[in-house]
Amino acid sequence: MYKYDNYDQAIVDARVADFRDQVKRRIAGEITEDQFKPLRLMNGLYLQLHAYMLRVAIPYGTLDSRQMRMLAHIARKYDRDYGHFTTRQNIQYNWIKLEECADILEELATVEMHAIQTSGNCIRNISSDQYAGAAADEVVDPRPWAELLRQWSTFHPEFSYLPRKFKIAVIASAEDRAAMRLHDIGLELIRKDGELGARVFVGGGMGRTPMIAPEINPFVKADDLLSYLEACLRVYNRYGRRDNIYKARIKILIHEIGADEYRGQVAEEFAHVKTLGIDPPLAELERISAFFAPPAYDASDVEPDRSDPDFAVWLDQNVKPHKQAGYAIVNISLKPIGGIPGDATSAQIDVMADLAEKYSFDELRVTHAQNIVLPYVAKRDLYAVWQGLRDAELADANLDLISDIIACPGLDYCSLANARSIPVAQKIATRFADMDRQRDLGELKLKISGCINACGHHHAGHIGILGVDRKGVENYQLTFGGSGAEDVSIGKIIGPGFDEDGVVDAVEKATEVYKALRQGDERFVDTYRRVGMNPFKEAIYG
Amino acid sequence: MKLLTGNELRSGAVTWWTGNGWSIHVEDAADVGEHGEAILHAEEGARRVNAPYIIDALPTANGPRPAHIKDRIRALGPTVRADFSLKPADPAAGDWII
Repeated sequence: MYKYDNYDQAIVDARVADFRDQVKRRIAGEITEDQFKPLRLMNGLYLQLHAYMLRVAIPYGTLDSRQMRMLAHIARKYDRDYGHFTTRQNIQYNWIKLEECADILEELATVEMHAIQTSGNCIRNISSDQYAGAAADEVVDPRPWAELLRQWSTFHPEFSYLPRKFKIAVIASAEDRAAMRLHDIGLELIRKDGELGARVFVGGGMGRTPMIAPEINPFVKADDLLSYLEACLRVYNRYGRRDNIYKARIKILIHEIGADEYRGQVAEEFAHVKTLGIDPPLAELERISAFFAPPAYDASDVEPDRSDPDFAVWLDQNVKPHKQAGYAIVNISLKPIGGIPGDATSAQIDVMADLAEKYSFDELRVTHAQNIVLPYVAKRDLYAVWQGLRDAELADANLDLISDIIACPGLDYCSLANARSIPVAQKIATRFADMDRQRDLGELKLKISGCINACGHHHAGHIGILGVDRKGVENYQLTFGGSGAEDVSIGKIIGPGFDEDGVVDAVEKATEVYKALRQGDERFVDTYRRVGMNPFKEAIYG
Repeated sequence: MKLLTGNELRSGAVTWWTGNGWSIHVEDAADVGEHGEAILHAEEGARRVNAPYIIDALPTANGPRPAHIKDRIRALGPTVRADFSLKPADPAAGDWII
């Protein structure tokens, strides 16, 4: 885990002091809401349907038990005893009071946390693979690079007022667990002839105009990476549309001028940027990397006793292979049947912190699928971890199954939403509550957004659901065939929308078509890609 | 009818113009008719409300019912957490939203 140096701590503390003064002036009437709004957004504070909402950054989804306990403490002391983990590996609190916000940020700063760059037209929180450092298939641990990008982007003076928000993901495995190509910039760290570098993809994203990022450079040497990214951002900052919010993202720029033209502009800019010497010296890279050294593994490779059938199912579904013999990666589902995707109570957050401290070298990860990961659990401890999770109602064995639904807060909380997402997720999960049925369906990624902004990643769902407002009535469009993984694709709308119960029925009919037509080990999305949309449409619309 | 709504500055709580002040209960909301904009500017200027706006609503026997579901959810609370509703003991309250 990275630890703040004096500079990191000083800038976070200074920001808290600044914001405390800004809030004081707002409450005193010295500044208007129009003046205050951009300031509060720079500190992650939104005004949502029912109250202020605070989004706290969790850089590349990595945190330790001390930080996790602080998140529980914030929920307990300042909110309504729960937090909501988001699709950008952050956490949101839905019931924050303006007058307490600076106190919250001050408490967060004591554990090296903040809400900076969780809003606004800047480079947002860097996201990464939740299995980083533990995945058997990774070329290198991507976290030092994510941390380097965090430091580079934090308060970057040139990129604090971009045409639009900017999201970067870093992975280092062929298997994409971070929806890398659906980011403004996606980096895949690779080795070429033994040398470390990155494939650079630029111009992906979801929202109202979903696009898969094209490859802009097949290999940028690690020594050049920061300069290359600086060039990518500079070209965007220069030519990105500021006159139309719907055309301001970099994906629109690249779509309009073409990947070849953008690539050429970046190459030209890179030649200049490289002369500025912004790539870090080896010593700085080594300093950062040292924080992410492998933990002191000491467990022998023993397989857990599978005699408890519930534990065995959880092992098969939620526990993944580790690169270190004797260890495993534990996924904690925040998707109980009928629950709210991504929500966890203060008590549950504390339990996860305790388990991480005792069994996972004090480390946790937040996933973009709104779950939690314990990345370094000895196989000998898996049963104890499962018991602890079970006692806290955190042992749902549904990772990547149909009830492991990504859902945005939707119209129940969000001022941008057009329709509710959570009740649809609850009804679908309840319809498919039977574990044998879910497991028979296999991997089926279902994602729900309550508006076209696509925070629920519906474009990337094997089954996607988009809530829309049809003359004041909630309506739900169904898409099939999306994926945020290495087989990245954008889902296609299958036909007219449904009401809330209708979309649940339609999903069920789609699964029946899949079961009837699947071949071998095909997943739902594989069958859909092979047979096309018609069999599904016929079953759903008659 | 027209209602004036916004959020309390300090707490962020949803609030409704009653004719002579603000209430968190939509049942207390008053029809602002053609005077909404003037009240809005006066109250916002005095920092008695934040981010105010005017909505359409229908009068009912139990008080005004906002025309759009978004404002009905604002008025009562998230439909998925009855315990956070302004009427947590009323199981039928959610029907008013939908």
